[in-house]
Amino acid sequence: MSKHGGVQYSKIAEIKGPLVIVDDVENAAFDELVEIQTKDGEKRLGKVLEVGNGKAIVQVFEGTTGLSVSGTKAKFVGKVMEMPVSEEVLGRVFDGLGRPKDGLPDPIADKFLDINGEPMNPEQREYPRDFIQTGVSVIDGMLTLVRGQKLPIFSGSGMSHNILAAQIARQAAVVGTSDEFAVVFAAIGVQYSEAEYFRRSLEESGALKRSVLFLNLADDPAIERIITPRVALTVAEYLAYDLGMHVLVILTDMTNYAEALREISAAREEVPGRKGYPGYLYTDLSTIYERAGRLRGKKGSVTQMPILSMPSDDITHPIPDLTGYITEGQIVLGRDLFRQGVYPPVNILMSLSRIMKDGIGEGRTRADHQEISNQNYDAYSRAQEVRALAGIVGKAGLTGVDLKYLGFGDEFEKNFLSQAIDENRTIEETLSLLWKAVSLLPKNELTKVKDKYIEQHYKER
Amino acid sequence: MAAKGRIVWVSGPAVKADGMADAKMYETVSVGDAKLIGEVIRLTGDVAFIQVYESTSGLKPGEPVVGTGNPLSVLLGPGIIGQIYDGIQRPLKDLSKVSGSFIGRGITTTPVDMKKKYKFTPSAKVGDTVEPGNIIGKVQETDLIDHSIMIPPDHPGGKITNIVKEGEYDLETELAITEKDGNKIPVKMYHRWPVRKPRPYQKRYDPTIPLLTGQRVIDTFFPLAKGGTGSIPGAFGTGKTVTLHQIAKWADSQVVVYIGCGERGNEMTEVLVEFPHLKDPRTGKPLMDRTVLVANTSNMPVAAREASIYTGVTIAEYYRDMGKDVVLVADSTSRWAEALREMSGRLEEMPAEEGYPSYLASRLAEFYERAGRVKAQGSPDRNGSVSLVGAVSPSGGDFTEPVTTHTMRFIKTFWALDAKLAYSRHYPSINWMNSYSGYLTDIAKWWSENVSDEWLSLRGEAYGILQREDTLKEIVRLLGPEALPDEEKLILEVARMIKIGILQQNSFDDVDTYCSPEKQFKLLKLLVQFYKNGQQALRDGTTLVDIRAMPIIGALLKARMEVKDNELAKLDQLGQTMIEQFKSVRGVTVTT
Repeated sequence: MSKHGGVQYSKIAEIKGPLVIVDDVENAAFDELVEIQTKDGEKRLGKVLEVGNGKAIVQVFEGTTGLSVSGTKAKFVGKVMEMPVSEEVLGRVFDGLGRPKDGLPDPIADKFLDINGEPMNPEQREYPRDFIQTGVSVIDGMLTLVRGQKLPIFSGSGMSHNILAAQIARQAAVVGTSDEFAVVFAAIGVQYSEAEYFRRSLEESGALKRSVLFLNLADDPAIERIITPRVALTVAEYLAYDLGMHVLVILTDMTNYAEALREISAAREEVPGRKGYPGYLYTDLSTIYERAGRLRGKKGSVTQMPILSMPSDDITHPIPDLTGYITEGQIVLGRDLFRQGVYPPVNILMSLSRIMKDGIGEGRTRADHQEISNQNYDAYSRAQEVRALAGIVGKAGLTGVDLKYLGFGDEFEKNFLSQAIDENRTIEETLSLLWKAVSLLPKNELTKVKDKYIEQHYKER
Repeated sequence: MAAKGRIVWVSGPAVKADGMADAKMYETVSVGDAKLIGEVIRLTGDVAFIQVYESTSGLKPGEPVVGTGNPLSVLLGPGIIGQIYDGIQRPLKDLSKVSGSFIGRGITTTPVDMKKKYKFTPSAKVGDTVEPGNIIGKVQETDLIDHSIMIPPDHPGGKITNIVKEGEYDLETELAITEKDGNKIPVKMYHRWPVRKPRPYQKRYDPTIPLLTGQRVIDTFFPLAKGGTGSIPGAFGTGKTVTLHQIAKWADSQVVVYIGCGERGNEMTEVLVEFPHLKDPRTGKPLMDRTVLVANTSNMPVAAREASIYTGVTIAEYYRDMGKDVVLVADSTSRWAEALREMSGRLEEMPAEEGYPSYLASRLAEFYERAGRVKAQGSPDRNGSVSLVGAVSPSGGDFTEPVTTHTMRFIKTFWALDAKLAYSRHYPSINWMNSYSGYLTDIAKWWSENVSDEWLSLRGEAYGILQREDTLKEIVRLLGPEALPDEEKLILEVARMIKIGILQQNSFDDVDTYCSPEKQFKLLKLLVQFYKNGQQALRDGTTLVDIRAMPIIGALLKARMEVKDNELAKLDQLGQTMIEQFKSVRGVTVTT
């Protein structure tokens, strides 16, 4: 038997939750892939979480239901988990561990890649600067997405995050037609209908053949969810850096991922951080989100749009909180706007795109973009204050300027923010809608815009 | 005798090895066949507990562990400035030559180019008696940095028996030989220093000179002193990183050490891309010529994140010892604390609050105590400073969590970032009611001597207006603004103007990004004058509506963006126009 794997250890000492503890282990490595074979020949995959003193703690991806201490064999494969990749993965559907789910055979591999990836050398990163036109006004105008960015959607149960993500995937893909694009979609514990909506949406726009789908649905094993985003990102990195494509990765729903992580941590009896999530949740999430980016000397890019549902719409919950500390901004959906039927219901004040400033301006979008966007933020924030005040003192207690801000708020939500799910606006249209909205305000209220831009674009209404 | 042992257990970044009886605490060791770098953090019998600075994926029990005999140290010498290092001072550029775009493992490099030649100008001569800290000569490291070659602190000193002539030498050249008690000891352009041990100095001074950052809310309202400590806590999206970048760009120090500790990769790239093109406002040279980066991004190994803080502060102390003012920015100390927590958990230590180890507070205290304005060891006499600014990322934006509360005990300037301000795009979103500075009176003398003796009182008046506004806001929230008399509405109006015209600053605007102390003072004075004139006008019977309609207001609010630092006379003109407009509104009122 070779030193590297192939050795079978039959002695399983303990099974608890998603973990199996294997005894008399002599030659297992940390992170090594493990094949577990049940008495009746069924095979499951796992990996080594801890090894030493003759024991190995193995996390079983497909869960431990039905495993027994006697008769179950564990085989240490001698390598870490790898994903076979090639151009043939485009148009394919895989399960949450990266195995074909569409009834077609395994794609012929060009390479086998470690699904954990390696940290990008910050010195080798190319700073993201290329504007992605999504055709969604609120994103292009106020929360610009840039190639290589990681910009999550923070949503709540029942809200329209999937519709928005699908619209972005369709429309962003269509614009840069001269460059090669691809969409990688990873469903992490979501319902069948949500995954199916996405698939159909890509199919109808003709983007399906340039997409790769990884599906771990709500009824699939929970522990598999640890792997799903990683296999998806491994494929995305291959498409971007080996094949030079611009890849948009959509990961939904990261809350399910974090819950799977918590389950393993609890089974290992680790000291918990907040709300029972492990203390290393931040570091763990970063090994997923930091895989977005661009590299010097490589043509492609990996842009990430993770979606997560905030438990009880609480943005201070550890999952959105730690995500927001890693990602380059966040698109927050607002329950109030959603109830009013606004689509997309983006709460712009809580949302942010950190690298917007580098993707816009002269030569990218337009010189006045940053300032008019700042002005709209400022005005909308003022409009919200005035609305709150009007709720208490009534409109009669408001000054003339305050009333103008009320008008601005309505205009902004009705004509700028709202749009149809198949409406694809150009950046010029978006910017002129922003100017149109602030044109409801008196000129001397525009303190964030330089006079020269006011002269060019402002038409008092 | 270096310890030689075997791995017995691996879990993430934590490794146990036996046969390590000869190992010392905090000794660096080579781990496994891949020769990963690790550090001993606990010894039990002959079992060493090791934190590994690189990914341990694929590591097996049975593989060898070899001690190096040395504690984790940094190399100090010319060539550091302009570099980007990982947490254990490996140049990321050199790593990429070996492992490409992604970070490989087990790579050994030297922190600086040992072969590069610098022109050395000696200042000591044969026969001089030297002691640790003495400067024996200089090299020009970058256009901005003249680098003093000092007798290392752990060198015994003695009489110089040999010193090279002025000329080009590389780092390994023996520049001088000293003799003491019959021992001849060479002095090279570099030496090593253990990161966890503060470098010695002669004496410490009170911080009395402001560290000017060009940021109005900092310099005018909540200043930091050279050699001082500051902390900037805030929920995500409140602009910590932008503020820290601004400090790193515009602080009037000679050296900047920027530590990206467990943060985003693109942020480090941004500094790398941007700083070579930005000019230092005082010297006109590229900012990269005074900056060194330590980058251990969130997805890089967690143990090296813990080390990165010490690596950075040791480099800062080294330049301080040359008599330079150094500012060190650490983003974010919370991620460093999480690294401590993770290792502590793997050591199965008894956790204190939120799983953090009980020594979190003492580690934070030790770190911030390495700040200070000091008289360096040795001659000639020289003073240098290390100012420390640490970001804190409290979970959920909750300032009562352990890292924030402990940090507050050890720092003197506190810039509290406020998510509400950030949501309304008030940047920098430093909340003026919750922030404080312990250096205000210490540095007032500097402002009187260098800018104006009115500074402290004007700052007090402006701050008073903001405080009054804070109380009045409550009433407005309940009753609406119309419930207030004009005098109080004026306070609201002027507070709004202070917020827009002074506190807010657009770091992406070419003019507004940096504001000189003179411009800060003039803007402050203009708005306080506006308030006083407004009060007088109301007393004379003018209504607030007339005051609000004054066209000067728009110009006052935009002055921060429209008036450049070299045309401050325009601000004086604005002041004149303001007085005239007040005269005319009062005139109009009198006639009606």
